[in-house]
Amino acid sequence: MTVWPRGSTLAGIVSFCAALGLWQAVVALAHVPPYLVPSPVEVAAAFAADAPGLLGALLATLSVTVTALLLATLCGTLLAALMSASRWATAALAPWTVILQVTPVVAVAPLIIVWVGDPFAAMVVCATVVAFFPVFSNTASGLAATPPELLDLFRLNGATRLQEVFLVRLPAAIPYFLAGLRVSGGLALVGAVVAEFVTGSGGIASGLAFRILEAGYRLQTARMFAALALLSAAGLAINLALGWLSRLMLRRYG
Amino acid sequence: MMELSGVGKRFADGTEALADVNLKLAARDFLVLLGPSGCGKSTLLRLMAGLDRPSAGRLRWSGLPPSAGEIGYVFQDPTLMPWASAWRNVALPLRLRGTPDARARAAEALALVGLAECAEALPRTLSGGMRMRVSIARALVTRPRLLLMDEPFAALDEFTRHRLQDECLALTDRLACTTVFVTHSLYEAAYLASRVLLMAPRPGRIVAELPGTLPDLRSRTGRAFNARVAALSAAVQDLHVPA
Ligand SMILES: Nc1ncnc2c1ncn2[C@@H]1O[C@H](COP(=O)(O)OP(=O)(O)O)[C@@H](O)[C@H]1O
Ligand SMILES: [Mg+2]
Repeated sequence: MTVWPRGSTLAGIVSFCAALGLWQAVVALAHVPPYLVPSPVEVAAAFAADAPGLLGALLATLSVTVTALLLATLCGTLLAALMSASRWATAALAPWTVILQVTPVVAVAPLIIVWVGDPFAAMVVCATVVAFFPVFSNTASGLAATPPELLDLFRLNGATRLQEVFLVRLPAAIPYFLAGLRVSGGLALVGAVVAEFVTGSGGIASGLAFRILEAGYRLQTARMFAALALLSAAGLAINLALGWLSRLMLRRYG
Repeated sequence: MMELSGVGKRFADGTEALADVNLKLAARDFLVLLGPSGCGKSTLLRLMAGLDRPSAGRLRWSGLPPSAGEIGYVFQDPTLMPWASAWRNVALPLRLRGTPDARARAAEALALVGLAECAEALPRTLSGGMRMRVSIARALVTRPRLLLMDEPFAALDEFTRHRLQDECLALTDRLACTTVFVTHSLYEAAYLASRVLLMAPRPGRIVAELPGTLPDLRSRTGRAFNARVAALSAAVQDLHVPA
């Protein structure tokens, strides 16, 4: 795979196109009704029929996702750094992080929507809660996994705890942080979609998940598929963008 | 310079890593701690550095105890920061202590180990021997009174090891460092040491002191060297170290 990147990209494209062709053929030959499974051509037509509407919805979902990911990253990193800098903070916060980890956080979504009035803010909070854990826990384990010899060196030279965190623990945690960020990126999108489902109301800027619900009520299955395809594409784009970011940031690490 | 009397170390899990260690370290010694894995060599070095406290006995300095940066420590792995260039790695101890001119002094230390050209290189672009040189430069950049080295050359090939041994001797001579050097190689001990302390495990202890060489008479060949290797081999044989 690493030896033939061009070949593997090509193979991916070929298999994707083949799957689309097969789908089209099966739907056409078996006379599957379009309200059950629309053909790729019908999905494309449904997209073309309301491209501005669907793309606008994509933008709304993405703005929730990106805001939530930024917030989750900020909170996760700060909290992890705080826990690494102080034993008291670790002791005080550890039970809460365990609770957060074991609770299926999507179940908190309805509560958040009740508490936070503004729908955009409510959705962002919801997606942040869902995306928070991987980036936090990865950064925390990265901060704890600094080579002990390097820490000894810091102690030998009379370093302060803050110097230790900023000069060695944080830089050493970056590879871990980036791996967590990539998982959190995917989860932020999941969180945004769940939040929209739970809100279930079309505001001024309603997102793709709401469009899926809406099209479902109207049995516009092709439109549901089109919205779903946009969501997958968004997830893929987030994943690729974060992958590119990690390669860029890890160039020095070798 | 330093005296250990009745020093013992028992870890929280009950391992008795060191028992009743007595030794006197004199200024300009090149003391080699020789022994099999697990005999407490690293533990003893960490006690000397103040990175750990003895659970028995005491450790006394003649004169002032060393302050931050007055002890240089070289680990078995170079343990460089992979994200930082060679000079930034070397300058780290200076930076931690807020010493001015960190960059110039790091460049000087890199020149001492023959890496003047590599100041901007990242660790991953350097060979194993070059990384170890950077690590030595980092230990020497504060001009420490005491240099502690924990099997620094064990992972290097024989050719690189011989060169680094010679460079290390030249540097400790030039900087008038007192050195404690840990190894499990008889040949390394026979070549480098001005004194050899032979250690045995379970519990870790010093079992014999053997003479080393005078600085001017160091050699890897000849009767005197062969005699020292033979004496060390005989002492090791008497240990009956269980496998
Ligand atoms: N932090 C520790 N906790 C418990 N046991 C330890 C610790 N460090 C070392 N030991 C044990 O102490 C003994 C001596 O270890 P060490 O000083 O590393 O030996 P050496 O460097 O000679 O190989 C070993 O049995 C080792 O397992
Ligand atoms: Mg050791």
